Amino acid sequence: MEVFKKTNGLTDAPFHYCPGCTHGIIHRLVAEVLEELGVLDRSIAIASVGCSVFSYNYFNCDAIQAAHGRAPAVATGAKRSMPDNIVFTYQGDGDLAAIGTAETVHAAARNENITVIFVNNAIYGMTGGQMAPTSLPNQVTQTSPYGRDVTLVGYPIKVSEMLSQVEGATYIERVAVDNVKNIKNAKKAIKKAFQNQIDKKGFSLIEVLSTCPTNWGKSPKDSLLWLEENMKKNYPLGVFKDRTKGDE
Amino acid sequence: MAKVTFREERCKGCGLCEIACPKKIVVIAKDRINQKGYHPAIITDQDACIGCAFCATSCPDLVITVEK
Amino acid sequence: MSEKVLMKGNEALAEAAIMAGCKHYFGYPITPQTEVAAYMAKKMPKVGGVFLQAESEVSAINMVIGVAATGKRAMTSSSSPGISLKSEGISYLAGCELPALIVNVQRGGPGLGGIQPSQSDYYQATKGGGHGDYKLIVLAPNSVQEMVDLTFKGFDLAEKYRMPAMLLCDGTMGQMMEPVLLNQGEIKTYDKSWATTGTGNHEGRNVVNSLSLNPEELEVWNHRRYDRYKIAQENDVMYEEYLMDDAEICIVAFGIASRVSKNAINQARAKGIKVGMIRPITLWPFPEKVLKKASEKCKAFISVELNMGQMIDDVRLAIECSKPVYLCNRTGGMIMSPEEVLASIIKANGGNE
Repeated sequence: MEVFKKTNGLTDAPFHYCPGCTHGIIHRLVAEVLEELGVLDRSIAIASVGCSVFSYNYFNCDAIQAAHGRAPAVATGAKRSMPDNIVFTYQGDGDLAAIGTAETVHAAARNENITVIFVNNAIYGMTGGQMAPTSLPNQVTQTSPYGRDVTLVGYPIKVSEMLSQVEGATYIERVAVDNVKNIKNAKKAIKKAFQNQIDKKGFSLIEVLSTCPTNWGKSPKDSLLWLEENMKKNYPLGVFKDRTKGDE
Repeated sequence: MAKVTFREERCKGCGLCEIACPKKIVVIAKDRINQKGYHPAIITDQDACIGCAFCATSCPDLVITVEK
Repeated sequence: MSEKVLMKGNEALAEAAIMAGCKHYFGYPITPQTEVAAYMAKKMPKVGGVFLQAESEVSAINMVIGVAATGKRAMTSSSSPGISLKSEGISYLAGCELPALIVNVQRGGPGLGGIQPSQSDYYQATKGGGHGDYKLIVLAPNSVQEMVDLTFKGFDLAEKYRMPAMLLCDGTMGQMMEPVLLNQGEIKTYDKSWATTGTGNHEGRNVVNSLSLNPEELEVWNHRRYDRYKIAQENDVMYEEYLMDDAEICIVAFGIASRVSKNAINQARAKGIKVGMIRPITLWPFPEKVLKKASEKCKAFISVELNMGQMIDDVRLAIECSKPVYLCNRTGGMIMSPEEVLASIIKANGGNE
């Protein structure tokens, strides 16, 4: 008996991600959930801009490639057009928390019945490691070579905390994929976010703390440690909003 | 008895499986490289495998299949 | 509805869009097109459609992309500054080969400009606006009836060629009230097997995408699109000729400028000046052939426009600069009087009245 095999929720195209980048794990969790919930054949993935731009090659369902930051707006159109389909966005922190802030906040405010998978690795990966809206104070990046100076460029945006204040949003949780236990919890959260959509409960966003070994300048193993020691301090894990409580 | 197999050609040698393995039997083979040019992950003692699938769960590249 | 009803241009186009099968409209308030959004807000819920006021023009056009990708008719409308914001999404629509209708009820620019009628987005509409190699079908109505007719036409051509279409109006057209016939009969349907409706609804996976990091592939995509543009240029040029049979002077004007010009032409004819007009209805594809033909017998052309002279470039190109082309223009939201056009006609006639 196979206890672990590749999900049918992914195509067999090899990921283009760097060695040790946890995007691959998050892709797999989303894909497994789509397969397990039996919604793969009615799912529409909205790919964003950044490292995950090619996610339309990997999710084994229909897909639309959106402009930078616009995935929640594209998802809104697709979902309003096809309310019985499962529509989700897969976005990084640059895409969602900088250029796409308005689209994200307003999709949440409308309680748009979509699922947002938000991958936070505190850096712009695809363009080579620039400061992201989520980069940590003092974090060295290509565009903060002396460390993020909060007096000059401000503080990181805590997306889950921010969206927990948006009245319309249904479900907001932050998870991480730095160890097996957390990966399993992340999958549970992602499953809940999709189940919410199936149950027509509205906007769910799962923020997933992820690594970027290449642009962090660390080995894959050290990246996991850096996530544990630094990311989680700034971005504590947990459920930030749950309007489905009491529904069960 | 559990069995772990690797799609070696897809492995990028990141070693996340190595960290995850509770039995310390999944390791990166430093003595050779795969088609991509990475040191691939291998299992050193198949018999000692407990089939927990932690390695596969941690793998970002869908390299590993676990059977029991 | 087979009899004429009196309607305001903006509302007539909104009703026409719904009748053309558009059940998804995304808007954002901006003068002078807000009536379109207001009409849609009232009407869409009654016909089981979707009206959504987006958080920005940028979001509105991306919502249109989302609907268009699923193979349904979608529309957004705005006015000049808002169209600048939508230009990113329009480029994506073109790159993704998606049909959609964008309405621009133009106002004076640049910048925030003014709110009075203008045609100063001619370049933006016909030469790009967004980035990359692409074209839009650009339709220029000059009556409320044409606001209706060209809304139907816009959706049809957009689907026929899998490209976005733009209705390029001005504030006058939007605000004007005229009797219109709304019913346009049967709506033609086109193949939508490319739509992202879920793999359960079609063979294989459908991906709507404009990205290719492989330059050979991207070049092929661009050529494939331009091959379709060529067919549109061959088959779907629309224009109206007015008193061109014996014309020695040819006015080229669209939208409200063509109505003013018609008045001036009648005055000039009364003076015995042989002047006529070619009115492009499709600004892209531009009626090049008919203009070229007219240049064989006309001695001069006058481009009448509500801008600093934009379409005049296309007139010169169409006639290969073989005859003088005069510009009669007002800008900033001002409209020329028939007398101003008449003065240009007399000038083009060598000063002879």
